[in-house]
Amino acid sequence: MKEIHDFKVLERRQLGSRYFSLVLEHGGKMQPVAPGQFVEVLVEGSRQVMLRRPISVHDVDEQHGTMTLLIQIVGNGTRRLAALQPGDRLNMVYPLGHGFSLPLPTPHSPLSTLLVGGGAGIAPLLHLSKVLKAKGVDCTILLGGRTAELIPVRDEFQPFGRLCIATDDGSLGHKGLVVEHPAFSERYDMIYTCGPTPMMKAVARSAAQRGIRCEVSLENMMACGVGACLCCVTDTNQGHRCVCKDGPVFDISTMRKWYENA
Amino acid sequence: MLSVKIHNLSLKNPVMTASGTFGYGEEFADFVDLERLGGFIVKGTTGSHREGNPYPRMAETPSGMLNAVGLQNGGVEKFCHEVYHRIKHLDTNIIVNVSGSSIEEYCDVASQIDELEKIPAIELNISCPNVKKGGMGFGTNPDMAAQVVSEVRKVYHKTLIVKLTPNVTSIVDIAKAVEAAGADSVSLINTMLGMAIDVEKRRPYLSTITGGLSGPAVKPVAVRMVWQVAHAVQIPVIGLGGIASANDALEFLMAGAKAIQVGTANFIDPAITMKIIDGLEDYCNRHGIKDINEIIGII
Repeated sequence: MKEIHDFKVLERRQLGSRYFSLVLEHGGKMQPVAPGQFVEVLVEGSRQVMLRRPISVHDVDEQHGTMTLLIQIVGNGTRRLAALQPGDRLNMVYPLGHGFSLPLPTPHSPLSTLLVGGGAGIAPLLHLSKVLKAKGVDCTILLGGRTAELIPVRDEFQPFGRLCIATDDGSLGHKGLVVEHPAFSERYDMIYTCGPTPMMKAVARSAAQRGIRCEVSLENMMACGVGACLCCVTDTNQGHRCVCKDGPVFDISTMRKWYENA
Repeated sequence: MLSVKIHNLSLKNPVMTASGTFGYGEEFADFVDLERLGGFIVKGTTGSHREGNPYPRMAETPSGMLNAVGLQNGGVEKFCHEVYHRIKHLDTNIIVNVSGSSIEEYCDVASQIDELEKIPAIELNISCPNVKKGGMGFGTNPDMAAQVVSEVRKVYHKTLIVKLTPNVTSIVDIAKAVEAAGADSVSLINTMLGMAIDVEKRRPYLSTITGGLSGPAVKPVAVRMVWQVAHAVQIPVIGLGGIASANDALEFLMAGAKAIQVGTANFIDPAITMKIIDGLEDYCNRHGIKDINEIIGII
């Protein structure tokens, strides 16, 4: 069930110059949040920022009733959110959207998965890798960025799988794009990706060629977040679909029109 | 205390939701008691399925937003055979917004909706700014507006509301023309035609270049137009445009609206309609008002 709730900021961490994270406490019974789902946060006190901002859920601690958001500062809305301090309140509508599918391994057929993230797109992959690990699924986590500084919180992924890094400038890990990393061309049962659109399209095209099941998590500009206003649509094989309600996660078997269109 | 009448419709209170901002109601069921609403107007419905305009279709502007969705919807048959059966049990006024590119299409959709027992009214959308053919084209000329309304009137037998565009020199002339052609009520305003440019990319934010402005930015224009129209026609006026609080709703009621619709504000607070109903009750209690009709049209 979706709800509107005032969360309390417990902790704020600055991650380099362009990212920060917020640990938010519900204070009561938090609704379950599945990997890949998102929240819409209210940005108060600005005439320039009227609409809520959709933000991926980075981590969830159901026991303590907290969730973590990893936010990239890109415009007026996220700049105002960056000013939040511990003790402040943040009004959110959550959980929203359709998250990643979680295939179950069996003792006879273990599953190996590849999680490919770039920039702020690495945010939902932490929660995903944690849940996959708990289900006994093997994860390779491949994170990319222009430089090492643009791959925040990479160390948080260590406990949940094999961590691989690619940077354009070679400041960390493999020098080049994520799709050029040797780990990318290994065999997997499933690939998940979230990040810049050109990266996700390259991942999707390769997965389609190799016949590997693949899910992409899209980010379009949104208004309502619940599938009512039809502003955030993407092209799919079935025509326009709402990223907020039918996504943000889509199986690429329904997205040929999207990933073939560079 | 809050009940009002729009032609043959009895509303529990004057608060409804605007077409295109509330889906089919279901999307808001987690946040809102749908049966507490005076009514809700479902997404614009056309003769056949429409994909709408390409993304990007939305841009945020100061205290408002531009949209260019372009009437994406599943078509009237899908509404009648699927959506209707999911929502018809709700004890509130479910009104279908009817759109089209030709008089034949408006009549075709209206006559199919006429068959649905639990839909007591349609809102004829002659004011959508985001489609190339029809839409606002019918609503900016009094003769064209009268023609489409009188043709629909022949095939539609329940309450006929006509939604007007503000993108005209005299909205009063259009309102009078549709009243004379048989409309039972008018709702206003639809969005105002606007435009915004991304100066870094040196191109418009919207794929369609122009789009419809909504939100608090348009409210004073809407209040003015409701006031002008309410003084010029005998049929009930439904007011909308930037309503985000009970005080906003009260402005429209005092300006002459019998009922109001909440649109863009649903995106910012999905439970806003409940707060507006609570706020109207509170206002009546504070001012000793026994019947909300006492303050309708007092300006």
